[in-house]
Amino acid sequence: MIAGRNDKMVFSYFPGCTLKTKAVELDRYTRRSAEALGITLQELPEWQCCGAVYPQAKDEIATKLSSVRALAQARDAGQDLVTVCSACYHVIKRVNHDMRTDEDIALRANNYLQLDKPYRGETKVLHFLEVLRDQVGFDELKKKVVHPLTGRKIGAYYGCLLLRPAAELDFDDPENPKILEEFLRALGAEPVVYAARNECCGGYVTLEDKPLAVKRSSAVAASARAQGAESLITACPLCMYNLTKNAENGLPVQYFTELLAEALGVKEAESRA
Amino acid sequence: MLDKNQELVETIKRISGVNPRLCMKCGKCSATCPAYDEMDYHPHQFVDMVDRGQIGKLLESKSIYTCLSCFACVERCPRTVEPAKLIEAVRLAVIRQQGMNHFKADQLPDLLDDDLPQQAIASAFRKYGK
Repeated sequence: MIAGRNDKMVFSYFPGCTLKTKAVELDRYTRRSAEALGITLQELPEWQCCGAVYPQAKDEIATKLSSVRALAQARDAGQDLVTVCSACYHVIKRVNHDMRTDEDIALRANNYLQLDKPYRGETKVLHFLEVLRDQVGFDELKKKVVHPLTGRKIGAYYGCLLLRPAAELDFDDPENPKILEEFLRALGAEPVVYAARNECCGGYVTLEDKPLAVKRSSAVAASARAQGAESLITACPLCMYNLTKNAENGLPVQYFTELLAEALGVKEAESRA
Repeated sequence: MLDKNQELVETIKRISGVNPRLCMKCGKCSATCPAYDEMDYHPHQFVDMVDRGQIGKLLESKSIYTCLSCFACVERCPRTVEPAKLIEAVRLAVIRQQGMNHFKADQLPDLLDDDLPQQAIASAFRKYGK
C-alpha cells in the first residue's frame, strides 16, 4: 500500500468554469472514469471560477479569494481537493502555497473572508492525474482497462500550467515529465515523447495576438508529428482550443479523461453529469 | 524624497517581489521565451531596465501584453529572478490607472467563436484589465 493513500478515495472536487461549459466532456469523462475506478468526487457545494490565471503580484488579494474559499471548504470537509483542469490546478495550488507561506497574503485574505476558522493552507490540492497515479496506482489502472489502446501513438501535451513553477506545483519533473506517458502506457497506448510537450501553446494571448498563438500551437503540433505522434492528449481546455483551432497542420486532440473513459469501457455510458 | 519615477520602480519591485540585482545577465530568460520574437522589450531587458530605473519605455512596451505567463523564464532562471513577475508588475502599473484597461468588454463579441473556452475570456479580463 502506498503511504498516505486515501483508502476511501473520497475527494472534494472543483470542476471549474470551463468544465461546465465548453469543456463539459472533460468533466463528464472524469466523472465516469472516477466512478469506474471507485473514486468518489464530491463537487464542492459552492464554488466560483478560480480566475484562470494566477495573480502574481504580492498585493493581489481579492483575485485569490475564490481559490481560498474552495480550499477552506475542502478543509472543512476533511478532504483533499481534486481538480482536472490544468489552469484550476495551477491557480488553486499556487494560492494554497501563498496561504501557507506568505504571512501578509494569508493575513489579508483571512481578514477579508472572516471564516469561522482562518485558512492557512491546510488542504492538499491534487490533480486527477495524481489521484490516478498515487491513489489508484497505474498498475491497478492497467488491470481495469477493458479496451486497451494498443498500437495508438499518442503524444502527451503537458503545456505550462501543470509543471511550472515546479518549486510550487511539485507535480512532475518540469523539463522531463513522465506522468502522462505512464498514464498512456497503463491504457495500453504507445506514448510519443517530443521536445515541445512542455512548451506553451499560446494560451490566452490568442485574444491579444492570434498569430502568436498560431505560431506556438503549430510548433507543438509539428514537434509531436515529427516524432510520430498520431494524436495528442491534454488536461487543459485552452490548450485544447489552441491545438485544435489555431495549430496549422495540427493533430487530433483529446482530453486525457476521454481516453481513460474509452479504455475503461465507460465512454458511451449514459451521462448523469 | 523619491521622485515619481523612482517611486514607481520601488512599487514594481515591491509588488513583484523581484530583486533584479540577483540577475547575472546570462540571458536564459529571453532565450527560452516563446514570445521573444513578438516582444519589443525582452524578459532580460525588463530585469535590467527596472534595475536601472528606466521604467518609462517598459510602461509603453507591448511586451507586457504579449507575455504568455508560461513561466519558462521563472523555471529556467539559474538565479531565481522570476522575470515574469516583473513583467506582470509593470503591466499592473499601467492597467491599474484609471481608463487604462487594455481589454474592454465591448471588444469581446468580435473575438468570440463557438469553441473559445471561458478560461480564455477569464484570463484576458484578469491579465488585461482590472
